[in-house]
Parts: sequence; structure tokens; C-alpha cells
Amino acid sequence: MSADDVLDRRDAVSRLLAGRGKTLVVTGLGSPTYDVHAQGDHDANYYLWGAMGGAALVGFGLAQAQPDRRVLVITGDGEQLMALGGLATIAAARPTNLDIVVLDNEHYGETGMQASHTGLGIDLAAVASALGFADARVVATDAQLGRLIDDHAAPSAGPRLAVVKIRPENLPRSMPSRDAVLIKNRFRAHLGLTPN
Amino acid sequence: MNVDELERVVEPDWPSEVHAVLRRADVTHVSYVPDAGHTALINLCTADDDIVTNVLTTEEEGIAIATGAWLGGKRSAILMQSSGVGNCINMLSLPVIARVPLLMLVTMRGEWAEFNPWQNPMGRATQASLQAIGVTVLRAETARDLVETVEQATTMAYDGDQQMAVLIGQRLLGRKQW
Repeated sequence: MSADDVLDRRDAVSRLLAGRGKTLVVTGLGSPTYDVHAQGDHDANYYLWGAMGGAALVGFGLAQAQPDRRVLVITGDGEQLMALGGLATIAAARPTNLDIVVLDNEHYGETGMQASHTGLGIDLAAVASALGFADARVVATDAQLGRLIDDHAAPSAGPRLAVVKIRPENLPRSMPSRDAVLIKNRFRAHLGLTPN
Repeated sequence: MNVDELERVVEPDWPSEVHAVLRRADVTHVSYVPDAGHTALINLCTADDDIVTNVLTTEEEGIAIATGAWLGGKRSAILMQSSGVGNCINMLSLPVIARVPLLMLVTMRGEWAEFNPWQNPMGRATQASLQAIGVTVLRAETARDLVETVEQATTMAYDGDQQMAVLIGQRLLGRKQW
């Protein structure tokens, strides 16, 4: 895959979040957290700085607790690869308000750009499809991204997963607070919940 | 009445009582990896229309799911066997650093009349591993003690923002039949 066939990660995330409305967003550690924060901090964002493999599952628990709100998880290929089993758990439960977007540069970008499994031929969208996700696709062009955003605006019969192919590059970091308690309380307050 | 019969009369039906304790504490979300010792409690939770249940492929998923549920306003508990605690350790950094309430009910293996030695290493490491990552560990050796321990652990977890594990002694669960 040449660089021309894939998307700019910040531009893709900007478009994914442009019409977010009441969507609740969970980000996977590393660049996806920076990409989402770079679009502007938001009380309805929960940023992970660790807990690798946890992003989609945090989003899943949130989706079960808030069935009337759409939950969007934005994570990376390495982070999601650590939780292939978690995709089975999500698929078995079939939440209708959970969308997972995997920003896939086919590398572990945070740690020196080592090739990841998606760069070695593993197709995460095919995995999600085999598990029974309501929608599972690879997005590599502007037009495909536009169709994804349109489709994700419509209700779903089950969880959806999109692999968005992006260029492997380390952009300047846009860092949200690393205070997980602060972000938690801010997020819960946004939902009208007390700190405890 | 012999001693065994007497104990059965005196000791409560802990799965039903723990289920009732969870309901009184407004726990409406339960995730689990099945264990023989948890069978009755899992059945009570899955049959309860007011509890959302998830079966997990590995226990660490439950830690992340419970954290997400709390972010969205639901109180979640996780049921697992001691061998599953080892799978959870790094994911526990999430509720520990975010100070998210967590309640793990852990059935113990490898510590009492254990036939399968493969259970012993993780059984020995369970309490130390949980404490090392910052989880508060309580143990119960009788059914009556277990019900009381879970009840107070729900307060420490959901009202006190603590990460709690209640270890259910293998002696309480009884000898596994092979």
C-alpha cells in the first residue's frame, strides 16, 4: 500500500468528529488519544493513556450503561490487536450503539514504528465480520470515509467496526490531561452523574 | 444431626444472599468468566432481568467493561476464578489510576484439597498480585462471612471509590468432584 492510498490521521479524525452531536468518545492510548484531543478537548471524551487493549471494552461498558447515546471508540491497530477476544465479547452482546474505529497505520507508532500484525496481513475488519459485527469495513480513501460517516449516522442492528488506513507517521502530540480522575469526573458530570 | 448437616443448616445459601446484596447495592451489571464455584451466582444474575450480564473471553475484559459502565453510571461487578486474576493485572491500572469503583468476586483454587497442581501457582499469587497493583483484598472462609464481606465491600467500592476483591476460600466452596 503506497502513501497515496491512505488517509491523514488528523484529517480523518476531524471528519469523524465533526458532527459528533451527543456522541460519547473513548480513545485508545497513544496517537488516537492525541488525534482526538487535537480536534479540541471535550467533556464527552474519555482519553486512555494506558490499559492497552481496553479502549473498545471501556466503550462497550459505557454503551451498555448509556443505551440511548452513541459511543464511538477511536483507537489504533496495536491497541485493538491486544483485545481480539474482546471483539468476540462485544459481538456476543450485540450493542446497537457502539462504533469502533481503528486507525490503522500497520505499525506500533509510539514505540519505534515496528510492523504490527495488520502490516503482516491480518485483516481486522474481516475478523469483526466473522464475529458478526453489523458492519465491518476497511476505509482507505476520502470517498470511503465519507460513506462511513454517513452510514454511522444511521441506527445499527449491532456493533460496527471500521479499519481506517492511515499514513504511518508521528505527528506533534496534542496531549489531554493525564489525570484520569479529573477526566472521569468531568465525563460523568457531562452525563449528569455525581463523582460517586 | 452430624456436623456436616449442622453446618448446612447454619450456613446461609451464599449465592442467593450475595445476589441479594448486589441488588441492594444497585449493582445492575455483571461480567464473568465461568467457574464451577460461581455457577449458582452466575445463574441468578443471568436470570435477573434487571442485571446486564456479559460472558468474557478473558477476565481483563471485565475490568475495562466495568470501568466503562461506571463512566456511564452503572455499578458493575466481575466474577472470576483465582487463575483469572493473573490475566487482569495491567488492566487493573485503569480503575486504580482513575479511582473507579470495582468489585471482583474471586473463587479460589489451589489452596484447599486441590487435586490439580496446575492451579496452585496462581492460587498462591492471587492475593499478593492484587495487592501489588493496588486492589484492596478481603477473604471469606465461611458462607456467612462471605455475605457480610461482600456487603461491606460494595460500600467501599461504590461509595468509597475503592477497587475491591473478595476472595472466596476454596474451603468454603468445597472439594471439586472429579
